[in-house]
Amino acid sequence: MTTSPAHLLEVDDLHVEFHTRDGVARVINGVSLHVDAGETLAILGESGSGKSVTAQAIMGILDMPPAVIRSGAIRYAGRNLLALDDEARRRVRGRDIAMVFQDALSALNPVFPVGWQIAETLRRRAGLSRTEAEARAIALMDRVKIPAARARVRAYPHQFSGGMRQRVMIAMALALGPKILIADEPTTALDVTVQAQIMDLLADLRRETNMAVILITHDLGVVAGVADRIAVMYTGRIVEHADVFGLYESQGHPYTRALLESIPRIDRGDEPLKSIMGLPPNLTRIPSGCPFHPRCYRAEPVCAVEVPPHIDLGHGRTSACLFAREVIDER
Amino acid sequence: MSAERLAAGSRRVQGDTVLQVEDLVKHFPITKGVIFKQRIGAIRAVDGVSFELRRGETIGIVGESGCGKSTLARLLLRLETPTAGRALLEGRDIFSLAGVELRRLRRNLQMVLQDPYTSLNPRMTVGDIVGEPFEIHAEVAPRGSRRTRVQELLELVGLNPEHIHRYPHQFSGGQRQRIGIARALALRPEIVVCDEPVSALDVSIQAQVINLLEDLQRDLGLSYIFIAHDLSVVRHIADRVAVMYLGKIVEIGTRDQIYRRATHPYTQALLSSAPVPDPKVRGRQGIRLEGDVPSPANPPSGCRFRTRCWKAQELCAAEEPALIDRPDADPHASACHFAERGP
Amino acid sequence: MSEPLQAPNVGGVAATDRPRSLTDDAWYDLRRNVVFWIAGSIVVLIVLIAAFPHLFSPIDARTANCSLADSMRPPAAGHWFGFDKQGCDVYARVIYGARSSALVGVFSTVLAGVLALGVGLIGGFYGGWIDALLARGVDIVLGLPLLLGAIVFAKALASQDTGIWPVVLALGLLGWPTPARVMRSSVIAARQQDYVQAARILGAGNGRIMLRHILPNAIAPMIVVLTILLGTFIAVEATLSFLGVGPRNVISWGTDIAEAQRWIREAAHPLLFPSGFLTLTVLAFIMLGDAVREAFDPRLR
Repeated sequence: MTTSPAHLLEVDDLHVEFHTRDGVARVINGVSLHVDAGETLAILGESGSGKSVTAQAIMGILDMPPAVIRSGAIRYAGRNLLALDDEARRRVRGRDIAMVFQDALSALNPVFPVGWQIAETLRRRAGLSRTEAEARAIALMDRVKIPAARARVRAYPHQFSGGMRQRVMIAMALALGPKILIADEPTTALDVTVQAQIMDLLADLRRETNMAVILITHDLGVVAGVADRIAVMYTGRIVEHADVFGLYESQGHPYTRALLESIPRIDRGDEPLKSIMGLPPNLTRIPSGCPFHPRCYRAEPVCAVEVPPHIDLGHGRTSACLFAREVIDER
Repeated sequence: MSAERLAAGSRRVQGDTVLQVEDLVKHFPITKGVIFKQRIGAIRAVDGVSFELRRGETIGIVGESGCGKSTLARLLLRLETPTAGRALLEGRDIFSLAGVELRRLRRNLQMVLQDPYTSLNPRMTVGDIVGEPFEIHAEVAPRGSRRTRVQELLELVGLNPEHIHRYPHQFSGGQRQRIGIARALALRPEIVVCDEPVSALDVSIQAQVINLLEDLQRDLGLSYIFIAHDLSVVRHIADRVAVMYLGKIVEIGTRDQIYRRATHPYTQALLSSAPVPDPKVRGRQGIRLEGDVPSPANPPSGCRFRTRCWKAQELCAAEEPALIDRPDADPHASACHFAERGP
Repeated sequence: MSEPLQAPNVGGVAATDRPRSLTDDAWYDLRRNVVFWIAGSIVVLIVLIAAFPHLFSPIDARTANCSLADSMRPPAAGHWFGFDKQGCDVYARVIYGARSSALVGVFSTVLAGVLALGVGLIGGFYGGWIDALLARGVDIVLGLPLLLGAIVFAKALASQDTGIWPVVLALGLLGWPTPARVMRSSVIAARQQDYVQAARILGAGNGRIMLRHILPNAIAPMIVVLTILLGTFIAVEATLSFLGVGPRNVISWGTDIAEAQRWIREAAHPLLFPSGFLTLTVLAFIMLGDAVREAFDPRLR
């Protein structure tokens, strides 16, 4: 584990609310995480867990209103991004921290050629001339393995396949040489063979540039393939944090365990799926105590009362369950 | 209802063929011009698909986008007319049926759709939605008994029968999918086509719905055609699996034959690319396909997969490999001249 | 060996699912829109005035004895809007004149609506040559200028005792294309929906699909357009009356405006009040329709 005094990126007890017509949705309730150069941190969660909002908060692209950052800090290289003004924040975005989204088609502007869009970032933010920017754009497209980059630099987004568009988006994200890349469900909309290509690409790029990667996903298979550490989110909280090998070996939180037992697996045949009963809670009415208790297979009366703290399980593992030590020993 | 269910279950004999699909073809013409339309080509969405569905079994159809599995589903449900081919149900070609007979077919062949957010009419109550099959096929249930039947169906899929007056938007995605399943089962079909029934659901809800589908199959003797892109889900639920690529089935066999002893390079690539929730298998040398899927309007000559296949030879461009049993200790049909098990 | 199925906790529908339908959200917005309430109240008021004029005016303008001695008298107690050139009570005429405008507005809108619904539903649903044919029909009628066409129509058909019907017919037959187009596009959108596919798979025939599935989900945008159209129709009716080709023997704001503007130099009040009411009514319908349309427009969210 890293011993540097300050992490490259650190989120410290973040609380974010959304003011909706149904009431105040507490979307992020005390999230703390960190990532360093060369690491891949996976934020694993389902819809409503708050994983995408966390990413957007780090990037500074949350719509405020209706979002409100109640408290907490997001420190990049020691500086609290939340304390910066809009201009300074914008400078960090893209240059130091870049983001890749799920749907490349809506993230790319359909009326401009792909090469132009990549070059645009370079012209505006790095001050390159048109020719320099275009040359760099071609180089970037090459780097993300878009075949015949020179020819395709003038093509439009709709002329590319899904996987190719995703590569374009990655190229754009890398243009300014960011230290941190946030990938929000980058392969969810892609076919499985293309998904594998893109995940390989991200792994290669990470090795080449020593970027920190924050991967946001719901896919336990993808996480197992690339992550170093995993933060499992549920209802705006990190309920478990562990290194990847440890997490798949034994789980310290009932939600993680239940999730692993409920997914069908390609490497195993006919085992029955243990479904998690109930539904994820309404974020405007989060259950008292442990938010997972209504769905938990080993909930006890105290779980409805006490909000579990983060219990240290050693080796950098934590779990927000009152019975973490028992859960991790369960087989 | 359960006495009926038991009787229905025993009436059905395991093993006989309920649906036989023969050389099904669907080409979508590409036309030019507004007033005088000229046909300049065709998208060969389904290009000669044949398979059998046996009673009580689930056949999984897997493939990536553009392989034609969704078009295949639409054909079987008679939402599209085939360019050629037939599908025999109880000995009769479903595409030759019309009028009353077509209506009767509908009672036997139903579908669970993919998106629970758009597959239910937002302006109808749940009771109306699940009861609509009875309104269309009035002979199945006399008017007085409909409400009871609807409530029984809701219970069957794990929903509260008292919610009969609620609207779809008051339910979650998983619950809406259950409503869709209840609707599909109302007429007691023999065959249910499931088109990606869980891909739009959250991971923790998928298991609920998959388990429900399995339970219903067992209790009601249903046969499923399960279409999905998620190989793990198909591995779990299917008895037999057909792998599609560019409108054709490239390999078909039992679940174990496909998942453990695949012989077609595309199947092997597909399985190799699927993410495994186990970090220890990381770094294994996987098969990575280069490039994109060719356009279904202009598929490669001979074997369609040859442009991305590492085994491709001249023979592959010249002669299209037939979907026949290939030499193997456990032979199953594979459309490759050089079919062999992977490492 | 699967987990027993629990009746899921419906109360806890996750905030990330879509528990609110578009109607709920729209109503929420509307409730907070001041314009909606104001316009809505005016519309309701006008409808009441048209339906029950005797509740609002003690003097029945249809049978009133207008005395030339009162000609052009300004507003006074008991006669809040004063008198017009003929000596008739302006307030009573305005109140009783509402009916003509309201009836013409409503009936012509209903006629246009029925035609638009039919054309839009059938064209949008069947597509192909039927749609092409109907679309040409739409184009042709759309090409006819509304006001001019209405004048021609009204003059040709009107006689002593046809009352409001020539105008209603004129407006209805000329006004249906725009709502028809709106209906058609929402029908085309609804046709693609999965639940329509599901109905087909169940064996539903075209009739059931059109009436049960497509119509209820496609009609809202057209209703909104019709509301706005109603306002336009009222304005046109007044214009026709103003020009002297409107319904005969009927008290109408347009006729009163025409008459009053001749004597504008003498006094303003006989012109002011009918035109004020006319403007207010037309505006109210248009703003009401606009507010509802904005509330339902998902793009503005």
